[in-house]
Amino acid sequence: MQLINQEKVQQRIDSFKNQDLYIHLEMTTGAYAAHLDSSKHPAANFITNAVIRYSHGSIAGSGPYRVGLKMIQGWIYSEGLTHWEESEMERLLLAGHDSQGKLIVSLQLSRVPF
Amino acid sequence: MREETIDGMVQNILVILPHPDDEAFTVSGTLAKHLQDGAHVTYACLTLGEMGRNMGIPPFANRVTLPAIRKIELEESCRAIGIQDLRMLGFHDKMIEFEDQEQLDGQIDALIKELSPSIVYTFYPGYSVHPDHDACGTAVIRTISRLPKEERPVVYCSAFAKNHQQAIGKPQLVNDVKDFLQQKMASIQAHRSQFQAAELVGSKKLEDEEIKERFGTERFWIYPFN
Repeated sequence: MQLINQEKVQQRIDSFKNQDLYIHLEMTTGAYAAHLDSSKHPAANFITNAVIRYSHGSIAGSGPYRVGLKMIQGWIYSEGLTHWEESEMERLLLAGHDSQGKLIVSLQLSRVPF
Repeated sequence: MREETIDGMVQNILVILPHPDDEAFTVSGTLAKHLQDGAHVTYACLTLGEMGRNMGIPPFANRVTLPAIRKIELEESCRAIGIQDLRMLGFHDKMIEFEDQEQLDGQIDALIKELSPSIVYTFYPGYSVHPDHDACGTAVIRTISRLPKEERPVVYCSAFAKNHQQAIGKPQLVNDVKDFLQQKMASIQAHRSQFQAAELVGSKKLEDEEIKERFGTERFWIYPFN
């Protein structure tokens, strides 16, 4: 993955507007968080291949970035995004990696299931 | 000397763990020793670890490519240890505790019927930190519990939860695997998306005391079936 290019990610977000998309949305502290540090509270969630559609979306911030996608009823939001996969032409793969390189958040959109 | 049962058959060993790389840290040295002694090892790996957080530094994998990358790493790890038979069971990472038990237990039961292993290695249910580890051990114990006592293989469990020894006592098996560190480190290093070899061993050599101390022993508890 590469560091996010905000302008190119915005173009990809725009190209996905107003159509049914499969989403993978995830955030995780890792299952070992409390094992390594008992003050930590392990938490995670993910949803894969739910179908969504948004009318408007944008990437904000100066890195790490935030993405908000406005649906007919409700929003999709993700914060802490640092990387994207520029070689993926048909999908948008965004992820946030912490200082140790571990994935902590991801937001992915595709016209076909993941 | 070949590791044989009393009727002269080659000893079958079955390893059941949920993630590629679980074998590297828990049992790779022990397996290398079994293999040197002539055993046949089957490793049933429940998932491809596709929800892992490590993508390499800098990240060369991503959420989409990770399963294919980890599959190749797993195959390389098995070659490094010498494991003859790798089965990838195709369950979804992080979801073992939620999986259909009939399907999960059915696959484990079929492997045991097919291979008649004398030893099964897995995680100790409840003392293995990651929910997939505990759920994997639970499924193995549940499945083997259903077998008639005389047909049950001995189950060696790995455990590493905090304070596990207060609950389950000291391990019955403390295997010195210092003679097999070459295989073990090669197994760990095969999982390159997950571990930066340098981060683990630095510039140290296999003969280094710190490496021997950290990786030279593998501990197992014999599961006490009722």
